[in-house]
Amino acid sequence: MNTTPLRRTPLYHEHVAAGARMVPFGGWEMPVQYTGIIEEHRTVRSAVGLFDVSHMGEFEVEGPGALAALQYLTTNDVASLQVGQIQYSVLCYDNGTIVDDLTVYRMGDERYMITVNAGNIDKDWAHVTKSTEHVKDARWRNASEGTGLIAVQGPKAEALVGRLADRDVPAIGYYRFVRGNVGEVPTVISRTGYTGEDGFELYAPADRTARLWKALVDAGRADGVALIGLGARDTLRLEMKYALYGNDIDETTNALEAGLGWVVKPAKGEFIGRDALEKIRAEGVRRRLVGIEMVDKAVARHGYPVKKDGRAVGLVTSGSYGPSVDKYIAIAYVETALAPVGTALEVEIRGQGKAAQVVRTPFYPSKVKKAG
Amino acid sequence: MANVPKDLKYTREHEWAKPEGDRVRVGITAYAQEQLGDVVFVELPKVGAKVTASKNFGVVESVKAVSDLFAPISGEVVEVNGELAQKPETVNQDPYGQGWMLVVKPSSKAEWDQLLTAPQYEELIAQGGH
Repeated sequence: MNTTPLRRTPLYHEHVAAGARMVPFGGWEMPVQYTGIIEEHRTVRSAVGLFDVSHMGEFEVEGPGALAALQYLTTNDVASLQVGQIQYSVLCYDNGTIVDDLTVYRMGDERYMITVNAGNIDKDWAHVTKSTEHVKDARWRNASEGTGLIAVQGPKAEALVGRLADRDVPAIGYYRFVRGNVGEVPTVISRTGYTGEDGFELYAPADRTARLWKALVDAGRADGVALIGLGARDTLRLEMKYALYGNDIDETTNALEAGLGWVVKPAKGEFIGRDALEKIRAEGVRRRLVGIEMVDKAVARHGYPVKKDGRAVGLVTSGSYGPSVDKYIAIAYVETALAPVGTALEVEIRGQGKAAQVVRTPFYPSKVKKAG
Repeated sequence: MANVPKDLKYTREHEWAKPEGDRVRVGITAYAQEQLGDVVFVELPKVGAKVTASKNFGVVESVKAVSDLFAPISGEVVEVNGELAQKPETVNQDPYGQGWMLVVKPSSKAEWDQLLTAPQYEELIAQGGH
């Protein structure tokens, strides 16, 4: 039995006071819902929601070797990042399977921050520091403990953050950030998110994060702001087919079959997993992560087998009801030949094959602000 | 505290049973639907199916979880709430009314006395529902 005490974010007391249902998640005690998952989901699609994602990890790497360290660790081309720009990327093992997915921020000429998944902080810290021991002049710092993170997501996010910030918020492009005060709290204002809506992720000092949260709650009343738990975070990202580490991607899945080939850039030079991924790309992936929609009424869940004419051809990695599409949707690995949109499949649910089909993704159209 | 109507009987798995002449109407309690959160799918047996006391008769799924449904009494299913296929959220909105699931014609009267009374069920959920 695991007796390690659950960790709490700087906003724990805010969640309890707001009546959240708290659950264990990746070693943290987190709000799964406040009023109800579907209502929270809809508020993010129609107005604006606040998410506590302070459990996520932040590492900084600095020095003349910082770029070389990140180029070796991650699959995407960090050299293409300008100061103030952000990149989605992947940390791989030698065999091309996934340590974690992450975002890379270029904070300065020789300074970067990476944001990693909460449940992977210890594993990732060991991986990044050990794997780059040979890189000179790259100093790593684990800033996770001292950093709070609030996501503000939805069509009214820009108006809300803009009202509280001392910077020109509408001018921030997608996957760009600026430093500025929001509600008098010093933050990194990052135009990123995990919902498919326009929005921001605000990094703040841990001891000021509750103040930032309260400022957003107060200023957001006019926008219909709501607090959003992990339950709606999951249905929102599922409708976008954004991968969730531990569900859709992990150390048994490679970056190419997971559909992350767009951030795998072998032309940039050597990186961990490059040779394996080059080989997989040349040979073709054996399976692909696809979006499926249930034709029969039933809910596909993580771990359910996918079949074709009774033969096992894959596995569901995430599935639920999609509130904005009003359908039962799922993400699954299926044999490459069965990945084309329109392919009829079955999902085995409690021993019975239920009709499903491969559909175009995202399930719900993305509203993120594209680089202008 | 969740609503526990006095005129119903209850299972330890949070189903309610309501006598209606020689039949029994079955659903899940207000406490159960609160714990589940938004119900998005309900799978029920067909009319004519046999259910057995304390045995699984169907499934209720919320956004996050799958939960088995347990029959309060043994017997034959004589009515099923077909509305729940289209409007599973009715289970959240009106668990003791429009959110009912089955009507069963019991095969044994003795099982009725095994069910929890309202005060016994209130005590169960006061202890955290287990």
